Amino acid sequence: MELTTVWFVLIAILWTGYLVLEGFDFGVGMLIPIIGRDDAERRVVINTIGPVWDGNEVWLLTAGGATFAAFPEWYATLFSGFYLPLLLILVALIVRAVAFEYRGKINSPAWRARWDAGIGLGSWLPSILWGVAFANIVRGVAINADHQYTGGFWALLNLYALLGGLTTLLLFLTHGAVFLALKTDGTVRARAGALAAKLSIATLVVAGGFAVWTQVAYSVTWTWAVVAVAALALLGVVVATSRRREGWAFALSALAILAAVVLIFGSLYPDVMPSTTDPAFSLTVTNASSTHYTLTVMTWVAVVLTPVVLAYQAWTYWVFRKRISTADIPAHTGLTFERSRERA
Amino acid sequence: MNALELARWQFGITTIYHFVLVPLTIGLTPLVAIMQTVWYRTGNETWLRLTKFFGKLLLINFALGVATGIVQEFQFGMAWSEYSRFVGDVFGAPLAMEALAAFFIESTFLGLWIFGWERLPKKIHLATIWLVAIGANLSAYFILAANSWMQHPVGTTYNAQTGRAEMTDIGAVLSNPTLLSAFPHTIATSFLVAGTFVAGIAGWWMVRAVRAKNESLARSLYRPAVLLGVVVMLVAGIGVTLSGDTQAKLMFQQQPMKMAAAEALCVSEDGASFSILAIGNLANDCAGVRHVISVPGLTSFLANGDFSSHLDGMTEIQQRDEQRFGEGVDYSPNLAVTYWSFRLMIGLGAGSAALALLALWLTRKGRVTGNKWFARLALGAIPTPFLAASFGWLFTEMGRQPWVVAPNPTGIDEIRLLTARGVSTSVSAGTILTSMIVFTVLYAALGVVWFRLIARYAREGAPELTDTPPADESETGPLSFAY
Repeated sequence: MELTTVWFVLIAILWTGYLVLEGFDFGVGMLIPIIGRDDAERRVVINTIGPVWDGNEVWLLTAGGATFAAFPEWYATLFSGFYLPLLLILVALIVRAVAFEYRGKINSPAWRARWDAGIGLGSWLPSILWGVAFANIVRGVAINADHQYTGGFWALLNLYALLGGLTTLLLFLTHGAVFLALKTDGTVRARAGALAAKLSIATLVVAGGFAVWTQVAYSVTWTWAVVAVAALALLGVVVATSRRREGWAFALSALAILAAVVLIFGSLYPDVMPSTTDPAFSLTVTNASSTHYTLTVMTWVAVVLTPVVLAYQAWTYWVFRKRISTADIPAHTGLTFERSRERA
Repeated sequence: MNALELARWQFGITTIYHFVLVPLTIGLTPLVAIMQTVWYRTGNETWLRLTKFFGKLLLINFALGVATGIVQEFQFGMAWSEYSRFVGDVFGAPLAMEALAAFFIESTFLGLWIFGWERLPKKIHLATIWLVAIGANLSAYFILAANSWMQHPVGTTYNAQTGRAEMTDIGAVLSNPTLLSAFPHTIATSFLVAGTFVAGIAGWWMVRAVRAKNESLARSLYRPAVLLGVVVMLVAGIGVTLSGDTQAKLMFQQQPMKMAAAEALCVSEDGASFSILAIGNLANDCAGVRHVISVPGLTSFLANGDFSSHLDGMTEIQQRDEQRFGEGVDYSPNLAVTYWSFRLMIGLGAGSAALALLALWLTRKGRVTGNKWFARLALGAIPTPFLAASFGWLFTEMGRQPWVVAPNPTGIDEIRLLTARGVSTSVSAGTILTSMIVFTVLYAALGVVWFRLIARYAREGAPELTDTPPADESETGPLSFAY
């Protein structure tokens, strides 16, 4: 296999890692007020991802950095072309990251409510926007001979892309609900399981529709198999959630997200960003890539380090494998902004 | 303002903001790891209390540093896409390596440290904070490798067909002499920042405890923290000075224009003097420079180790650059900014040394102090190394202008890029203005929260320990830490 193709596959793997892992983080973030009816329950919901969300987010940084290193033209055209959607995603991720860490620092319901809203905003926005962005990449955007995006912001909000946004939104909501059912106990577990069962049906319909549209309009023959895997996986999620088979539901929901990434990248190849202006202007794995030398260096780095990362991240999940419930939640340790009594 | 100016302001605002937070993380994580190690080795609970106290302050800082770091990686593509196209083959590699080799470690093990207090055996839990410290410092190495390449491109060839820089030697990029002097300088600065932070807060508390007639608390809890901070400050201060000297000597070779501007050295001189105070004119050009106070020969000595050696002035360097890179471009950086940021970096950096020496004197032979002026100085000293670091970066980056990739005097001339050529051509000024306003407002709001939280938790003092710590690896019972 050509190194450019290897890197195309590696970038797909990095995005899979990101969307599978941060997919449930986003889902959990969106479901805080829906599943968590009181403060203790909301804290259960948030703490299911407490130890891991930060590590999960690094997959995005790695995907971004790897795209820069392996396909600089792609990185440059994509990031400058999708400037405003990326700005929204950045704002969302900043607010969300800070909100996780700061919500418990001050012991006041109003303070917590504000940061929970921040986690919500920071989870809803990217959940929709990643779908919109990837759908536009598959669909093709206006790119001129200089590899510059010329389409503007509103052109990105077409029907197909919006359906893509709805698809990732529902995938992540289901993924998050399934994850919560798997990681919690008590009322939170029951509520998350019931919600997952309902959400999974909607997800099957919408994601199925998006997959077929992608397949028919933009893809190649072999990805029909991927569409079938995605559909079966989502059907499996419906069955597993209705029977409360939480482990299966989570594995299948992760498989569905993997299939979505494979469908998107499979449809693209050998393009990385097709041009609707003229196919000759499309960015491909060849014309957007780095040199053979750089790709060789980066391949070594990725081959050596990725398994190590996977190993210690897997270990983290093992350490925090226990389900949590409201009984595990300690009293608030946050301070108040009012001056404390002199303790010295 | 046009798109170029706005993109530069945006990069400056977001980067300086990010690098207010980062040095504290880089320096404070190892200090917290040291505190926890002392507790682990000696069982002395003073150090557990200090670990939790400074650990909490670290986490407040860490969160915002990580959050604002994402912007850094994205904005090369968003606002500087033409730069990204030109350098991507070389510049992307250290960024990707940073994510894969350093940032993953930092983020994953931070989660383990925060939530692992009772889930992990003590020894492994201690290892997690050390891994976070290593990750944070390794991160700095890769990011500085990328930045050093912009200061002094090495290991790269020019492809005339594509008009791009292409990497030929990753080893050269990762052992760039610029990097090898910038890395120790940055790390030493980070330890200076963190040492001052620890000594400042603990010093203030020591005074407060003494004045509240609780001398034993001052002696047993805060004095050791003051000493740790002060020792770190002194060692780091020496490191900053030595590495800064190396870096300056190197910079006279690599970017003579930057150093000439730093000294407002307008015409070539033998035995150039070191300017302490110079006054310029409103046009901010060489014609208006008037040196008021100078130390004869010192600049020549700092550059070459010889008080009478020859140094090129800005006028001569401009002529030389015009021959080499073409006429019609002013190859000198903003004179006032370069001159003053260099001086403020050095002056402010030296400022925290005053605190270190005074603290050593006041705590000599087991003493504690209740001097309220010392408490004020301790708090007042905290921002100075932060500011010094910011001015240092302002000098490094503004002094490199008009280049975004400065040409290597002994390298390939084609590996160079004017900042004006690096900006995204497909992004309008209005769009960049929008994002600049959004980032500035958001960062300002979060900055206020960050400061209030740090101040609030610092004012609370080291927490009391709760009862008996539960057994290792408990599988049940409430988490000791939860969001």
